Amino acid sequence: MAGFPYLTSLVVVPAVGAAAVAVVPRDRDDVVRAVGLVASLAALVIGVAMLVQFDGGLGSFQMVSHHQWIPDWGISFTLGIDGISVFLVLLSTLLFPIAIAGPTVHRDYKGYVAWMLLLEAGCIGVFLSLDLFLFFLFWEIVLVPMYFLIGGWGYDRRVYAALKFFLFTMVGSGLMLVGILVLVFLHERATGVLTFDLVTLARDQSLAQTTAKWVFLAFAASFAIKVPIFPLHTWLPDAHTEAPTGGSVILAGILLKLGTYGFLRFGLYLFPQAVVDLAPLFLTLGVIGIIYGAVVAIVQRDLKRLVAYSSVAHLGFIVVGIFGLSTQGLQGGVLQMVNHGLSTGALFLLVGMIYERRHTRQIAELGGIQKVAPVFAGVFMLVMLSSIGLPGLNGFVGEFLVLIGTFVTHRWWTVVATAGVILAAIYMLWAYQRVFQGRPEGANTVFAEMSWREWAVMAPLLGFIVFLGVYPKPVLDRIQPTVDALVRHVEDHSDYREPAVNRGRVDARPADGGKGAAGAEGATGIGTGR
Amino acid sequence: MLHAAWLIPALPLLGFVVLLLAGRRLGDPAAGWLATLMVAGAFVTTLVVFSGLLGRGGDNRLFVQDLFTWIPAGGLQVKTGFLVDPLSVTMALFVTGVGTLIHLYSIGYMHGDDGYHRFFVYLNLFIFSMLMLVLSSSFLGTFLGWEGVGACSYFLISFWFERPAAPSAGKKAFVTNRVGDFGFMLGMFLIFTTFGSLQYTDVLGHAGTLTHATAMAIALLLFLGAAGKSAQLPLYVWLPDAMEGPTPVSALIHAATMVTAGVFLMVRINPILAEAGGVATLIAVVGAATALFAATIACAQDDIKKVLAYSTISQLGYMFLAVGSGAYVAAIFHMITHAFFKALLFLGAGSVIHGMHDEQDMKRMGGLRTWMPITSVTFIVAWLAIAGIPPFSGFWSKDDILANAWDKSPILWLVGVVTAGLTAYYMSRQVFLVFFGKERWKESAHARSEPEAEAEPEHEPAAAAGGGDLAAAVGGRDVAAASHGDHREFTPHESPPTMTLPLVVLAALAAVGGALSLPFGSFRPLETWLEPVVGDRLHKLSLSGSTQVAYALGTVVLALVGIAIAYLIYLGHRVREESVEPKVLRRAWYVDPLYAAVIERPGRLLASWSAFFLDAKVIDGAVNGVASLVRGGGTRLRAVQSGYVRNYALAVASGAVLLVGYVVVRGGG
Repeated sequence: MAGFPYLTSLVVVPAVGAAAVAVVPRDRDDVVRAVGLVASLAALVIGVAMLVQFDGGLGSFQMVSHHQWIPDWGISFTLGIDGISVFLVLLSTLLFPIAIAGPTVHRDYKGYVAWMLLLEAGCIGVFLSLDLFLFFLFWEIVLVPMYFLIGGWGYDRRVYAALKFFLFTMVGSGLMLVGILVLVFLHERATGVLTFDLVTLARDQSLAQTTAKWVFLAFAASFAIKVPIFPLHTWLPDAHTEAPTGGSVILAGILLKLGTYGFLRFGLYLFPQAVVDLAPLFLTLGVIGIIYGAVVAIVQRDLKRLVAYSSVAHLGFIVVGIFGLSTQGLQGGVLQMVNHGLSTGALFLLVGMIYERRHTRQIAELGGIQKVAPVFAGVFMLVMLSSIGLPGLNGFVGEFLVLIGTFVTHRWWTVVATAGVILAAIYMLWAYQRVFQGRPEGANTVFAEMSWREWAVMAPLLGFIVFLGVYPKPVLDRIQPTVDALVRHVEDHSDYREPAVNRGRVDARPADGGKGAAGAEGATGIGTGR
Repeated sequence: MLHAAWLIPALPLLGFVVLLLAGRRLGDPAAGWLATLMVAGAFVTTLVVFSGLLGRGGDNRLFVQDLFTWIPAGGLQVKTGFLVDPLSVTMALFVTGVGTLIHLYSIGYMHGDDGYHRFFVYLNLFIFSMLMLVLSSSFLGTFLGWEGVGACSYFLISFWFERPAAPSAGKKAFVTNRVGDFGFMLGMFLIFTTFGSLQYTDVLGHAGTLTHATAMAIALLLFLGAAGKSAQLPLYVWLPDAMEGPTPVSALIHAATMVTAGVFLMVRINPILAEAGGVATLIAVVGAATALFAATIACAQDDIKKVLAYSTISQLGYMFLAVGSGAYVAAIFHMITHAFFKALLFLGAGSVIHGMHDEQDMKRMGGLRTWMPITSVTFIVAWLAIAGIPPFSGFWSKDDILANAWDKSPILWLVGVVTAGLTAYYMSRQVFLVFFGKERWKESAHARSEPEAEAEPEHEPAAAAGGGDLAAAVGGRDVAAASHGDHREFTPHESPPTMTLPLVVLAALAAVGGALSLPFGSFRPLETWLEPVVGDRLHKLSLSGSTQVAYALGTVVLALVGIAIAYLIYLGHRVREESVEPKVLRRAWYVDPLYAAVIERPGRLLASWSAFFLDAKVIDGAVNGVASLVRGGGTRLRAVQSGYVRNYALAVASGAVLLVGYVVVRGGG
């Protein structure tokens, strides 16, 4: 099966599914569900088969499919996958069937499924594109279905939220488009080759340092809004709160990752020196996000808004991992993208289930649910502990790697970021206390346990939450070569040198004989700031 | 035989999984028996491993069993595996041993509770986590257990989650511990930075190469973690509240095992402490201060469990005093004897609470020794042990610590001795109030208002129905009548044998546990056994044997004085009780209100300000505000569309385009 076009079909299958749903009669929800599930599950199957074929030892792009598209402008249809994108693609293929079949959709199910499938094609396309033009195209495609999902299937203030989401993102996109064009044209001026090919552009490093910094900032604005990085985050709580459950799952699980993925794939790869120079700025913003998101989450009155702000904090960890430029931090960052998709996706599903039962998300109106629905409460507890970062569950591994790797390269940022683990416990446990503990009263005395359908939706997420906490090795092993290659790339094209401790190349342990610590400290290189 | 090490935590883990899936079906009491069996199996396995280790020569008592690589990431390779050495096996032995007894006790104690199987789910998970904590071969593995026991502690403190106080107490415990974990994590980061590994064998063997500053930083950060877990100043505040949990939990987690994890960690990193100079002194000072501070509070508490909680904090302070004095063996010694007598005190208290139908106020007890013979006799043994009366175990371990503290500093020694006197006093106060004197519960039972007496707490661990037939046979005085009869006219009753058997076993251990390490002759099994762990870093006593005996006699006299004073006040009624229970001590030096005023309230204000002003008004306000400005200023833009955010976006986008264009032109030119 080596010749099978996995990557192309991963994009095409959901898109075809969307088209198929569009021609189903409006009153046949059962057919819509069947088509939607078949298309999204087919993508999942292709994704898993792709993972089997994936060579975990390679640090470069593989399964590349390359087609000329607009040769005069150097634009091609190039897809490829590596250790950074492979699990994000898989996460997408896992979360979309859940978002399509899991939550109850109260109106126009056909439209919902069609937009969802188109969104899936767009998201996977973003993760796979190796051509800047193609990437930008998918990036913009993603925007449209999400806008309609929030605006069409959301709650009371959905129009405001959808607009806010759309415009924030559009601003970023505008800047990025300029950045892409500047990069491509300056590359042409320097080398005489007009191309949008990512690998070529990254290899040639044709921009002057100052220019590179500005172009990077144009890209970064777009990514930072998507992540979102403080203080560009205010669209997120509104979008999350107003979006339908499935929309929130995809928004948190996949769309936010487009931003962090962008930083990894286009930021570090295309502008290494600029990233190194600006790392302190982004680390600072990431750390602020961790603390700020958590502090603001503590006092939220709406459960969904609370989870949204917790996302700001979690994404802050990923930003810190990326700009910490350490092997562990980058691996942890990639893993944390997957983890956050699983646990926050699960949290949004659970909050959606609460809303379905109680028709409120106001924390003050809930209480004592553990008494009425102990199993539901237990599931919520597990997901919550994953989100808090309890060792043995997935969230811990990513968070820990981010922190330990970044500690070596940027110590004091990490010290502040680590304080975030205290705050995470506060907002989550307090919310759990108010929603689930105490004595149930009034409307809270009736609360149905998980249905079979809900179990079917939650079970895979819960399984991965535990599995990735206990045995993350298969995932980390496949991420590692790509991260290694990326760090080498950054080192080759900047003055940055990763400390030996992170790489494990040299035995960093102090040599025997006397207080050899000077040698050990010296070996840890920059940033340890003793 | 050492290869069975993995089985030690695996058995309680298996129990956890089975109970999680099928606990409800197994029900009461089968779920409890299954859980107990798993821990007992772990205990037996530990014995096997222990004998395997004994079979090896003294220099060769280290065995590492790595199962798989947990976290592989570049230079960081963390393995899931077990470090079997005298320290970890000692810990595992008493964790599983005491754990088995407390599981057994819980079968009776939790009988009839709605959450019966849930209780054992948590309890087995706790034992698993605790065993991971002590047995893991890496700092991160220990941290896994460390957080796991913290989570279980949270589950079990808030076990009766319908009571308002329980969830708050659980949350407080978790969050306070997280402050400590912050230190633990940073400590690990620094260890990795320095050694490139988190495996104990890679780190501790090379501790000698650390610079003083790095060693100090690592030791201080890990001590912060230890202070959180082991409830030392200033992070002790969660432990008294933790008494909201069922009493077996208090005995197992908040007295015998989990709270000693900090002491374990400090002993584990003793090679680092050896390089860290002044940190040891700080640990000793914090330990001594905590010991004295908590003891003063214990003198004025009325809740039978609160007294024991503060007492636990105080005794943990002794252990840290020992660690800081370099007396690692004494610390472990006291940890073990404390596990015996404090678990016994808690279980005894649970038996009393049980027999008194959920009464916890000692001022409403009295004269119970005739009604609860086994409970009172075993409780008295524990009392003598903790008060430091020879030949009971507590005397030997406390004396060992004090002798070492003398070498560290006479001031620390003095604090320790005063604390010993106070300990004898408050424990005697408790024993006299509960088991001797007037049967005040007769009055208070009548005094209690009707509705209060009728309002039966949801938790009624009715002893009778469970091992009822057995209970009646063994001193079960009036069991059936008590639990099913009229509560307003209740009589205290002895507990069923599943509860009294652990009391008897623990009492025996509390009585003779001192034999592990006696201060005469060369027969000091614990010291010999732990020698590979602490090596020559163990403090050598400078006192001669006879001087030590003289000092010890002085302490005993002080303890007797403490007992006598308590007798005069609480049985002789020479002084009004209220006059020796000042409000400042009853309110625990007002530390909780202080923390609320200094940390909690400003924190909440800051959070509210951030969320509802900074975020909503300033940041989001700027977004919407700029948009409104744009809309107000340009009629042309207004004509394009009505959505004002759009206009703003357009303005920003075009501005940015101009900006970037300008830069490009300049940069390109």
